Amino acid sequence: MLFYLSLAAVLFAVGLFGVLTRRNTIGILMSLELMFNAANINFVAFNKYVWADGLIGQMFAVFIVVVAAAEAVVGLAIVLLLYRNWQGIDTDHVSVMKW
Amino acid sequence: MTEFSFLIPLLPLFSFVMIIFFLRWKEMLSAVFSIVMILAAWVMSIIVLIETIARHGDNYEAFYKFVDLPNFVLEIGVLIDPLTAIMLVVVTTVGACVEIYSVGYMHNDPRFSRFFAYLSLFLFSMLGLVVANNFFMIFIFWELVGLTSYLLIGFWFEKKSAADACKKAFITTRMGDLGFLVGLFIIGIYFGTFNYLRVFDIAGSGMIPAGILTAAAIFVFCGAVGKSAQWPLHVWLPDAMEGPTPVSALIHAATMVAAGVYLVARSMPLFVTSGDASMVVAIIGLITSFIAASIGLVQNDIKRVLAYSTVSQLGYMIMALGLYGYDHFHGQHSPGFYAGTFHLYTHAFFKGLLFLGAGSVIHAVHTNDIQEMGGLGRKMKKTALTFMIASLSIAGIFPLSGFWSKDEIVAAASHHPVFFIGTLTIAFMTAFYMWRLCFLTFFGEPRDQHRYDHAHESPNNMTYPLIFLAVLSVCAGWVGVPYLSHGFASFVFHDEAYHPHPNYLLWAVSTIVGGGGIILAYLMYYKKSISADAMANRFKRIYKLLYNKWYFDEIYQKILIDPVMSIASFMWKFDANVIDGAVNGTGWLTIKWSDIKEWFDTWIVDGAVNGTGWIVRQGANILRFLQTGSMQFYALFIAALVVLFGIYRFETSMMEGDEPIFTIGFIIAVVLLAVAAKLLQGRPQTDRQAESEE
Repeated sequence: MLFYLSLAAVLFAVGLFGVLTRRNTIGILMSLELMFNAANINFVAFNKYVWADGLIGQMFAVFIVVVAAAEAVVGLAIVLLLYRNWQGIDTDHVSVMKW
Repeated sequence: MTEFSFLIPLLPLFSFVMIIFFLRWKEMLSAVFSIVMILAAWVMSIIVLIETIARHGDNYEAFYKFVDLPNFVLEIGVLIDPLTAIMLVVVTTVGACVEIYSVGYMHNDPRFSRFFAYLSLFLFSMLGLVVANNFFMIFIFWELVGLTSYLLIGFWFEKKSAADACKKAFITTRMGDLGFLVGLFIIGIYFGTFNYLRVFDIAGSGMIPAGILTAAAIFVFCGAVGKSAQWPLHVWLPDAMEGPTPVSALIHAATMVAAGVYLVARSMPLFVTSGDASMVVAIIGLITSFIAASIGLVQNDIKRVLAYSTVSQLGYMIMALGLYGYDHFHGQHSPGFYAGTFHLYTHAFFKGLLFLGAGSVIHAVHTNDIQEMGGLGRKMKKTALTFMIASLSIAGIFPLSGFWSKDEIVAAASHHPVFFIGTLTIAFMTAFYMWRLCFLTFFGEPRDQHRYDHAHESPNNMTYPLIFLAVLSVCAGWVGVPYLSHGFASFVFHDEAYHPHPNYLLWAVSTIVGGGGIILAYLMYYKKSISADAMANRFKRIYKLLYNKWYFDEIYQKILIDPVMSIASFMWKFDANVIDGAVNGTGWLTIKWSDIKEWFDTWIVDGAVNGTGWIVRQGANILRFLQTGSMQFYALFIAALVVLFGIYRFETSMMEGDEPIFTIGFIIAVVLLAVAAKLLQGRPQTDRQAESEE
């Protein structure tokens, strides 16, 4: 189990790092997927080792995959609008609410 | 009719109200109305007098209690006794004559109606004073009389001298009234009542200490001194001659000034309880009479001579009353009371006549100065004749009314050598100055031809009152001749009736004295066998003293008015500097204090508010750098906090740690993050530029 959790933590950290550092919006979305998947791994791992009788963890992972797909759609739509407004998808553009 | 005697004062009041409110615009109507009212009052007075004679000395008293407290009662009511009845007739008779006379004298005056209104108000006050049954009520009317006197003296208030004179009269008599008021307080406190008869009962019962009785009598007499123009308050009466002559006749000869004598006569039961007070009264009367008569010798203003004569005669009466009180106190019989009241009664007629005659002369020649007259007897026969009758009467010539009354005063003084000599001297001077007036005015050659040419006899409505009063001047005294067994003396008396009997020696002495005065005046001013100027030069000092009225006005100016003025001006300066200074200082302090408060408000209160704002602003200035607008920064922030929180949970689960330190560390971390964000602010831009360049 430690292996799974470590993998998930590493994967989450990588995703988080990507979200925080990428300037490309597409990259951020991809990093988000990594974080979702890290969470999925946790769910599956806990399901297997903590509560093996049930399938709740498995079910949650499947739901997250579905919701992530929907989220990616929304995210890409936002990216599209960003591009339309600023002719680019850099996050630097999206700082109009600066002080 | 006596039951309706309260109406007698109300009739003139009614006329006053009617004239002031309704009839003022109809001059003749207001005059006629007031004359009708006073004639009605006159008729009623005569009926009341007849009824009083018929009652044989029983008093009639009726009153209404308008303040009724358990141990103090103020009444308003009438007391009709012989003295009151006589005074009612005197006042209404002279009042009626004067009102009729005024129709002629005041014609063409712009305030004709108002003059009659004032006369009516005066008669109301005077009659109210006469019928009053207690000291409190008499004081009210006393002051009303003072007020109307003020109004009438100042009737021609456009003249500065008249305006000054009415102020002088009012203020001077007020001095006396102050004393009267103190007397009232004494009576109110020690006697517990103001009703005459009860006060006199208590005074006679011996329950009151002698000192209190003396004080009460003297203070009451103070009122009489002011009102009857006795020394030392006599100075107002000659100045009061600035008023219209009918006013002088009515108020300053026959009635108002008689109020003081009336008050003393009315309060006689109080005076007889104190020999000292009575002696004071007698001495004041003698001094007044002598001073006034001596001043009258040399004055040139016809009305002023008469004014001094009035003062002198009032002093005579006061002296007689005082002597009566003194003699009675010492258990001796004296004709003083009878003499004083009798002279009051006869004097009202002949002095009223003298003033009206003088008014008639002034009306004809338009001057008061007898040196500019002369020879007027040829043009104004009725006036001259009546004037001379009155002069004979006042000089005490048999058998005119003045003879009988003056003789009784001489008789009253005959037991006291000083007073006896004084009385005879005054009688001599009176005869002299009155006939000096007659000779200078009506006889000899006119000294001012222009004025003489314009002189004319006055109209009938002025001469008829003169003739009527002349008849009274002759006959009025006959009710008191010693041959009558039920004459004046047995009608008006105090304690027990005095029955006069003819004293031929005294008659001879007083006739010689009076006749001597007339003869001297004849020699000096008609025959001119004794030069008046030579006499004046020979006794220059005395002449100047008399001519300047013993310098009383100047002395009062120096010792009373000037100090009062300087005190007043000191008070004014005190007021202007200290009181105003205090007020202004308070204002100044308030301004300064509000300056301080303003400063406090601006710098401390506003400072606190602004400071709070400033702190918030400065804090916000730091914290706003957290708002980078960059989503990734926010996400980093959240992540950092999550990490920190994780560390915190980890630490607290390891050991129950110091939360505040952590919290402070947390806040510091947030601030550091904000500063870092500020410092890093420029970077993305340059990075992006760099990227775009790439």
